[in-house]
Amino acid sequence: MDLSFLAIQALNGLSSASSLFITACGLTLVFGVTRIVNFAHGSLYMIGAYTAATLVPRLLELSFGPATFWAGILASAIIVGLIGVLIEVLLLRRIYGAPELFQLLATFGVVLVVQDLTILIFGPEDILGPRAPGLRAPVEILGRRFPSYELVLIAAGPIVLALVWLLLRKTRFGVLVRAATQDREMIAALGVNQALLFTGTLFLGAFLAGLGGALQIPRVSANAGMDLSIIAEAFVVTVVGGMGSVPGAFLAALIIGELQAFGILIFPKSTLVVVFLLMAVVLAVRPYGFFGRPEVIGGTHAVGISSQKHSPFAPLTILAVVGTLASLPLIGDAYVLKVATEILIFALFAFSLQLLIGVSGVVSFGHAAFFGLGAYGAALAVKWFALPMEAALPAGLFLAAVGALIIGAFVVRLSGIYLAMMTLAAAQIIFAVAFQWVDVTGGDNGIVGVWPSAWASRQVSYYLFTLAVTAVTVLLLMRIINAPFGYSLRAARDSEARAEAIGLKIRQHRWLAFTISGAAAGLAGGIYAFSRGSVDPTLLGIPTSVDALTMLLIGGIQTVTGPLVGAGVLHVLRDQIMPLTSLWRLLLGLSIIAIVLIFPRGLVGTVRTWREEQA
Amino acid sequence: MSEPLLEIWNLTASYGRAQVLFGLTFGLNAGEVLALIGRNGAGKTTTLKAIMGLVPATAQKATFKGRSLARLPTYKIARLGLGYVPEDRRIFTDLTVEENLEAGRKAAGPGRSPWTPERLFRLFPNLAEMRGRRGNQMSGGEQQMLTIARTLMGNPDAILLDEPSEGIAPVVVQMMAEAIRAMKAEGVAVLLSEQNWAFAAGISDRTIVIERGEMRFQGSIDELMTNESLRAETLGI
Repeated sequence: MDLSFLAIQALNGLSSASSLFITACGLTLVFGVTRIVNFAHGSLYMIGAYTAATLVPRLLELSFGPATFWAGILASAIIVGLIGVLIEVLLLRRIYGAPELFQLLATFGVVLVVQDLTILIFGPEDILGPRAPGLRAPVEILGRRFPSYELVLIAAGPIVLALVWLLLRKTRFGVLVRAATQDREMIAALGVNQALLFTGTLFLGAFLAGLGGALQIPRVSANAGMDLSIIAEAFVVTVVGGMGSVPGAFLAALIIGELQAFGILIFPKSTLVVVFLLMAVVLAVRPYGFFGRPEVIGGTHAVGISSQKHSPFAPLTILAVVGTLASLPLIGDAYVLKVATEILIFALFAFSLQLLIGVSGVVSFGHAAFFGLGAYGAALAVKWFALPMEAALPAGLFLAAVGALIIGAFVVRLSGIYLAMMTLAAAQIIFAVAFQWVDVTGGDNGIVGVWPSAWASRQVSYYLFTLAVTAVTVLLLMRIINAPFGYSLRAARDSEARAEAIGLKIRQHRWLAFTISGAAAGLAGGIYAFSRGSVDPTLLGIPTSVDALTMLLIGGIQTVTGPLVGAGVLHVLRDQIMPLTSLWRLLLGLSIIAIVLIFPRGLVGTVRTWREEQA
Repeated sequence: MSEPLLEIWNLTASYGRAQVLFGLTFGLNAGEVLALIGRNGAGKTTTLKAIMGLVPATAQKATFKGRSLARLPTYKIARLGLGYVPEDRRIFTDLTVEENLEAGRKAAGPGRSPWTPERLFRLFPNLAEMRGRRGNQMSGGEQQMLTIARTLMGNPDAILLDEPSEGIAPVVVQMMAEAIRAMKAEGVAVLLSEQNWAFAAGISDRTIVIERGEMRFQGSIDELMTNESLRAETLGI
């Protein structure tokens, strides 16, 4: 390892830092003004790459030259900017006042829609873009060859930083944007049309995402997975830099770019882990990132379940529901029972998340971490220690609880959007470990041969076992929600300051809730592993976390039984619709958006409100 | 008498299920200073916010310069020429003094000489010395001056001024009084919310006393001062 090699590695780090900054800069600008964390920012990046990879070659056919190439890149970025405007006008504008959970979910709905639309429009194949005319020959640096295009990228980051800085500091638009970042209501009272300001910001943010994506085409082919991989990194950059801070994003991108460039030399497989560990460490020391600050005013407010009158019929209802479910084997065939088993598992998973979100106001975006830890814990116990199911399930639960205990220690120090991002990051670390530690976890292939004990191996018996575990756990969690511990959590959710003022140790309470919730999710994960006979990293992925959130959303976040109903509805819909269409993600995305816009209370909540109004 | 500049009929407002304003009716004439006096929680701030469209409210009629304010978004109300200075000042702390003024700038109506930073610096000499300073490095009194100056940059015909004397040093209170007189001299009408009746008495042409969201008195400050029972009941003095 000599000096020239290190220099080249540092340059590689700088060029990926530059690319990352251009994209993340747009994300942080949009967040700063609208207070919305736009999950779809990665999708805009992907559209930028696809558009450029399709558009630029056609332009180069007309007239070959550097000017054409760069005009094509710019045009692609402008097209993406206009798509950003469309998203703002159609969706974001309607959810500025909504709780942050709904905002995150709605923009994730856009991610799903764009995934299917991208394949519809650009086709399923990856598209490799042209190389830049005039920049094809590598340059020699300290005796080593280095792609000259990378040098252009290295320069692009600081240029974008300078232009954005000038825009924010030296123009009226910039003054208003910075003012709106701090106090939207006041800026309106001064006669500024926020809608225009927000639309302008979205154009700028989407333009930068599109530019970031378009600049990638000579380096990597446009592919359908780029949206989620860039958004995860862009989240880390904005959170580490301080949400809303452009210089912070630049600094964070530099650190992350170099960390990846050199980290890969030390731990060849752990680049993802290194990035998210950095985020965890920075947030533990500075809860608002390098240049961030506590939020003054924003769309942040907790939603959750409130106290309900005790119904004298509640025990009867519970008995009736459990009894009905227990008699399902009398009428259902093996397939129905398999689906019902999965619904029960996901109901438990979603319910454990309800304890965090609905009760504690802790908006976790990485709940799949604990579901997956439970599943992997059980599977590893079977694979490496040859434990039977009766011992492997508690092992999975234990692993999930320990994971939640450790992650919770970091998470409960944070609040709002930083908390959501931290849980997401934690889940991504665990995902990366499961994905990259092939020797132990089997990597992408996961672990197979995780079968239940003989007594539970028939579909009917495993169904009844799942029903029993789910019913007991859900009832226990309900008891917790309605115990003084649950009251404390809800008090802290509704007003942290007041809860603290009456002497509640909010952090400890939340930490305990986080651990209990993680353990319950782990139990669900373990049962899921045995129901399928295998585990793989998708159980830990962002889509699994979003599944749980979607179930909560469908059922209703303000209701206790919502997650149970939501799990059933989502699972049955998926089961029925997925075989019929290749556009399941489009449908799911649109449904999530529709629920956020039209039925924010969810099914159970809407029915309850309707009944209260009738009464 | 001609039509008032700002006319409010039967204004009501609620926070959730708690109603805080119970049908206020009053008018603000061009160029006058009207003081809205009442104790803490009487509904003064809510009245001003309701006029600006910052809290949900209903009124039989609410017009400014003959234009209805009903269902207008806040920024359009502001653009009609109605300025708003909130009680907690809310200057943009990340922005410099000059940038704060820029954020408030709107074109003046025809035939009016517009407020410029230079004119405002003459009105508030303290601000002139800290043009490049950020809002978070200013004292409460300086922030109060800046928030008024920022609103004046929008060249309003009327200003809703929420408790300008609250939480600032007596010498600055004197400057506030000067500033309000200067605005009046420029023809800007002022609707002032105050707990400090002595301050209000020194600068206002008329007063309204509200108590628990209802209007208890409307008239000149002298009348109020001679009506001892009302004074004792509503203001505790």
